[in-house]
Amino acid sequence: MAVETRHRGAVGQSVTKVDGPSLVAGKPVFTLDHDVPGALVGKILPSPHAHAAIVSIDTAEAEAVPGVRAILHHGNVPRVPYTTAGQGWPEPSPYDTVLFDRKVRFVGDRVAAVAAETEEAAEEALRKIRVEYKVLPAVLSPEEALADGAPVIHDEPDAEGIYDAKHNIVAAVDIPVGDVASALAEAHVTAEATCEIPYSQHAAIEPHGVIAYFDEAGRLVLRTSTQVPFHVRRIVARVVGLDPARIRVIKPRIGGGFGSKQEILLEPVAALLALRTGRPVRMAYSREEVFIASRTRHPMRVAVKLGAGKDGVLQAIDMEVLSNTGAYGAHALTVLSNVGSKTLPLYNKAPHLRFRGKAVYTNLPVAGAYRGYGATQGYFALEVAMDRLAEALGMDPIELRKRNHIRVGETSPIFEKIGEGREGTAQVVRSCALADCLRIGAERIGWKENRGRRREDGPWVHGLGMACAMQGSGITGVDMAAATLVMQDDGSFRLLVGATDLGTGSDTILAQIAAQELGVPVDRVLVYSSDTDFTPFDTGAYASSTTYVSGNAVLRAAQSVHRQILDVAAAALGERPEVLELAEGAVASRKTGRRLTLGEIGHRATYVVDQRQIAATASFTCPESPPPFAAFFCEVAVDRETGVVRVERFVVAADCGVAIHPKAAEGQLEGAILQGIGHALCEEMLFAPSGRCVNAGFFDYKLPSSLDTPRIEAILVPSEEPTGPWGAKSISEIGINGPLPAISNAIYDAVGVRLTRAPFTPERVLLALRAAGK
Amino acid sequence: MKLLFELNGVPQYLDVEPGERLLRLLRRLGMKSVKEGCGTGDCGACTVLVDGRAVRSCLMVAPQVQGRRVLTLEGLGSVDDPHPLQQAFLDAGAVQCGFCTPGMILVAYELLQGNDDPSPEDVRKAIAGNLCRCTGYVKIADAVLLAARWKQEGKWR
Repeated sequence: MAVETRHRGAVGQSVTKVDGPSLVAGKPVFTLDHDVPGALVGKILPSPHAHAAIVSIDTAEAEAVPGVRAILHHGNVPRVPYTTAGQGWPEPSPYDTVLFDRKVRFVGDRVAAVAAETEEAAEEALRKIRVEYKVLPAVLSPEEALADGAPVIHDEPDAEGIYDAKHNIVAAVDIPVGDVASALAEAHVTAEATCEIPYSQHAAIEPHGVIAYFDEAGRLVLRTSTQVPFHVRRIVARVVGLDPARIRVIKPRIGGGFGSKQEILLEPVAALLALRTGRPVRMAYSREEVFIASRTRHPMRVAVKLGAGKDGVLQAIDMEVLSNTGAYGAHALTVLSNVGSKTLPLYNKAPHLRFRGKAVYTNLPVAGAYRGYGATQGYFALEVAMDRLAEALGMDPIELRKRNHIRVGETSPIFEKIGEGREGTAQVVRSCALADCLRIGAERIGWKENRGRRREDGPWVHGLGMACAMQGSGITGVDMAAATLVMQDDGSFRLLVGATDLGTGSDTILAQIAAQELGVPVDRVLVYSSDTDFTPFDTGAYASSTTYVSGNAVLRAAQSVHRQILDVAAAALGERPEVLELAEGAVASRKTGRRLTLGEIGHRATYVVDQRQIAATASFTCPESPPPFAAFFCEVAVDRETGVVRVERFVVAADCGVAIHPKAAEGQLEGAILQGIGHALCEEMLFAPSGRCVNAGFFDYKLPSSLDTPRIEAILVPSEEPTGPWGAKSISEIGINGPLPAISNAIYDAVGVRLTRAPFTPERVLLALRAAGK
Repeated sequence: MKLLFELNGVPQYLDVEPGERLLRLLRRLGMKSVKEGCGTGDCGACTVLVDGRAVRSCLMVAPQVQGRRVLTLEGLGSVDDPHPLQQAFLDAGAVQCGFCTPGMILVAYELLQGNDDPSPEDVRKAIAGNLCRCTGYVKIADAVLLAARWKQEGKWR
């Protein structure tokens, strides 16, 4: 459904994606589509043990394999503690990682790396590296990690920023507002839910890849599938000991990220192999490596207690989190913080709040950034608890949300109390169409007619469920984006942005934002993005930041160029800039009607009189992070005989402010909803008692296919964010927060059992039905 | 060993290792639209058409295409002259990251070769072996139905 906007021009139009024609033609635009002559193949030797000390490494036999050019391991690589998380400054994740350590901490951890002339030689060399391990007791759950006398996973003395390494606690938070205990005790009604999310994987269809090579000047170029090119440059420079000025990072087209590529994984290894050999090196994760050695969602247990008055107005929310960050603490503190910071403000009527939690190490794969970034885990518990509270009050769940959700002009103490691993920023909500989202979504799904009816169809029972969510638009006080806009001599424009399009469409959206200001069609704005040699800085594509943060930088640059164009035209026409108007590719005088095309203006400024480059660079930091809002509704059918749950329909009504590109915005919602349905019904990484992932591939780790996909109906509900570029705020993450609770609540509506552990497999559903005697 | 086959309408006669995967051969020949998403035949990103039928090129060895016709996305249309099916993917907003797109377009092409009027269910079945993590398949299905309508209207070449 298209959104109506009062803006005319490029904004609000679903224009052809600027990179679309080359993508549908299959052009070689992705990282590994680039052939670098003479490139070596780099491969990594993974740890077979969950927890072990490396007693010795013998590479003699491997080095003798014909074609092997370099082998890296802890004995020949400088030890530099760092974090693989590609985040802003100060880096909130601990420096608990080195390129190659004397110890391995999960099955799949990096032991050594090889560069060889061929893939076959590299693989043979990996097989011939002799490693003697002293196997250590492994910690395979957060509970074990916290137990007295548990093995210490990070006992290295040079790690920095770990909250309590001796007890395997990476991060801990405890933020009280008011007096939750008393408020819960005095509440007219209380409800609670404890929900668990397992290990799951982003599963972008393009595996991580990188090519390291040297340019004509001998500088190191990293062409890599990353969401954070500028963080890659900074972190690789430090880890491999190279002047950052000697490194160029290029992000070409990226085959999806969802957070998994907000991580510096292969780049420093490829860089070091290239530096050691003086040769180009290409590295790619296999699908199995993506599963075990890239990043996952943080598995969590989230417990929520709610207290409310008779009228349903919340008095207290208590949220407690136990997060499993795996073997390294990438994003551990920030994802943990986000569980509270992106959920609790939604119901700002509650005066008493407490948010506390721990993130702990285990000897399992490493969790990291994943779309939703903790909010997904938080909303699962919060929205199941809200469903219970509505039931306890005898109130419609939509009515309960209406009485409690934040509105325009309101705030929440949480905005200030919890930020990105530190204090946040006070802010007032300036746009919120959640009430409309609730109404429109409820009408579309037929809430009044169909909920609580338990319609039966053989063994299948149908039910309806709903949930709400918000997210943010960038990270306050951390994110910064810059854009450079240049007018060419022909009157067209070049837009240079550090912003990173991962397939989200941000190159197109940023071009639209500029085109709208400049009164030209989008195809007059050539976008070049994500190249640390040629584009200005951007923190990267994460935290729902690009449209809002990078978009505001683009808008400011375009406004400056707009003024410069008017100045040139004013001089040419002998009129004051105030009477001139830029529209439809020309500047016209309101006074005399005289007109100059952009081509004429560009030509004049470049070649004729008072010659200059019409151009501007602007940057934007993020003083506030306007939340998008969404209401989610679904219909499920539950087979009482087999426990199979089928999602029949999924409706999401979302407020992302003005949708710059409606089809791209809908696409973000549709894709996020299906990932959320995957979380709810089928996605879970499973581990053997040894700590080895037993389903690290698409055959055993089930992603939803088209046949598993219900009708997903994405409705864009307009609002206008006054601080956003052309009224826009974010849309990329919020959609994933709804399916888990909405589907759980729908299962309850259908068969009267609460599923609180994801995914809701037939086995778990049947067990729940049996336990409830149904 | 020597291999003779037709690639996007052009005969190829070249040396291959008997065990070389078709995926690797095609990429070696510059057909970079053929993507490796898993290497185990599960994701469909490496789909190509062999004698008009969609196959996973990661599960075939090169000698299996001896004497056969192979079509990759490069053979369907180009940036300047896209096939209507490619245009439909653009117009419907079916392309996000674009990594699954070549395989999706080729399985849709196979479907529409044999069926001018597919139902939404036909489309869902046709693309069921190709994973997409970005779109929820909504706009991909829209694109295939749009292309089918164009075909019925005689707009295909």
